[in-house]
Amino acid sequence: MAFCLPAIMGLLFLMAYPVVASLYYSFCRYSVIKPPVWVGTANYASLVHDSLFWKSLWNTVVYAVFAVPLGMLVAFCLALLLNLKVRGMALYRTLFFVPSIVPVVAGAALWLWLLNPQYGLVNAALGSLGIQGPGWLASPAWTKPALILMSAWGVGGWMLIYLAGLQDVPVELYEVAELDGASAWHKLRHITLPMMSPHILFTLIVGLIGAFQLFTNVWIMTNGTGGVAESALFYSLYLFQNAFSYFKMGKACAMAWVLFLLIVGLTALVFRTSARYVYYRGGE
Amino acid sequence: MRPDETKRRLWFGQPPRKVLTAACSHLALAVLGLLFVAPFVWLLSTSFKTEDQIFQRPPTQVLPLLHYLVPPRPTVANYEQGLTFVPFARYLLNTLIICAMSVTGTLLSCSLVAYGLSRIQWRGREALFYLLLGTMMLPYQVVMVPLFVVFARIGWVDTWLPLWVPSFLGNALFIFLLRQFFLTIPRELTDAARIDGASDLQIYSRIMLPLAKPALAVVALLSFLGAWNEYLMPLIYISDDSKYTLSLGLAQFISQYGSYWGWLMAASTIMTVPIMVLFFFTQRTFIQGISLTGIKG
Repeated sequence: MAFCLPAIMGLLFLMAYPVVASLYYSFCRYSVIKPPVWVGTANYASLVHDSLFWKSLWNTVVYAVFAVPLGMLVAFCLALLLNLKVRGMALYRTLFFVPSIVPVVAGAALWLWLLNPQYGLVNAALGSLGIQGPGWLASPAWTKPALILMSAWGVGGWMLIYLAGLQDVPVELYEVAELDGASAWHKLRHITLPMMSPHILFTLIVGLIGAFQLFTNVWIMTNGTGGVAESALFYSLYLFQNAFSYFKMGKACAMAWVLFLLIVGLTALVFRTSARYVYYRGGE
Repeated sequence: MRPDETKRRLWFGQPPRKVLTAACSHLALAVLGLLFVAPFVWLLSTSFKTEDQIFQRPPTQVLPLLHYLVPPRPTVANYEQGLTFVPFARYLLNTLIICAMSVTGTLLSCSLVAYGLSRIQWRGREALFYLLLGTMMLPYQVVMVPLFVVFARIGWVDTWLPLWVPSFLGNALFIFLLRQFFLTIPRELTDAARIDGASDLQIYSRIMLPLAKPALAVVALLSFLGAWNEYLMPLIYISDDSKYTLSLGLAQFISQYGSYWGWLMAASTIMTVPIMVLFFFTQRTFIQGISLTGIKG
């Protein structure tokens, strides 16, 4: 048991106490400077009437609804291509994977420059296709698409997960299907997708949780403001502003608990609805 | 194979269909690869350009655009000016110190706990294990405010202590990873050592740690990356700019000198290159880490 002492202390000091304290603060008015004052459910009630709270939740949901499936689709297509076992596969794999390990802050700086409406590479590339590029981060309608586009660049980790899954699909299944005259589409639909369903479920859940906690790159790319007309004010960003810009610690804790409930609820929902589609080999 | 198929024409000693498929997939991979690499090329190319070249509108035809990506006379002025204007060497040193402390703390605490969870029988062991797993569901935001209050009370704000001391108290994901690995090490080995009179501490340090090197490498690498990338914690705790990390320094640089793209890209390159070098030397560990934490986490 002595060996587990670090974890026990960690659980006590970094988890148990803060969790209880956070729950308590969420029912208090608290600015750190003065001791917390019990206000009942006032923080939660104020969230219901806070239009910025709803805005931040809406922004986060929009981002999650587009960025997560897009990332999964891109990662899956890349993995399928890499699984064709053409020559030079290792090189391509490296090319697709490397963007996902760029340090977050450096990546944010790079994308600020890529998305520059006048001098940026993205609009130049669009221009070469005859498309007039939008103002991206300077235009409220385009901030979220900009961040979604950026997220698709960093799907290398998911691609590796899918690739590992694809390599585990038994070859015999495809051979048998071919004997029965199955087309490529049928093989994808009835063998690959079911066999990959645990991996797809995993990335879906991790992706949704990540989207709800998205903070660093948005914070940097909008200079901590949440973008023009709050169009990139994401949930975690608004939470952080409440805590450390406005020192409304009680409200920030209330938001954190709402976030926790949202994540738990969403995860449970995904597990429930996916149970019929997900196939586990080994049959649990 | 049907008899008539052997008589068919072969391309490069292969059936034409196969050659065509390979060509198509190479084409798709190359185009996509270009899309994924272009931002890097742009990062490097901007960092070696002069101000005039940076503020040229990029051409909108494909070939001139490619040409535009390669600066005609590369200059290192952005590196000289940008990196000395703000003390990036200082930030780099700070970051490396914090990384070293975090990696040490994570390796030490997580391996000890994983040993306790996998090799020693005691009451409450399973409970502790599941409790640890449960904490992974909790978003950091929930504990963020109380932790800040505690660290502020004990005078740790504006020091590096909140950034690395927690790593000495374990990390659920890495404990889980190491525990799973330790469970694959044959019991006979540790039982034999115990019969020979070895203590738990000896078994841990002489048998388990050497055998668990691959898993420890994954943990070391991932915790290093985590500490190198960390932005939220330094943002909350560090205000004195001589204590900034690279993340914080670069972010500050963006908000103050956002339009000095040459300097910014030079600084971003400096922050990215060490990670790339690390990647190329430890590819196997990297990929193992992703699939371990990805699938089993």
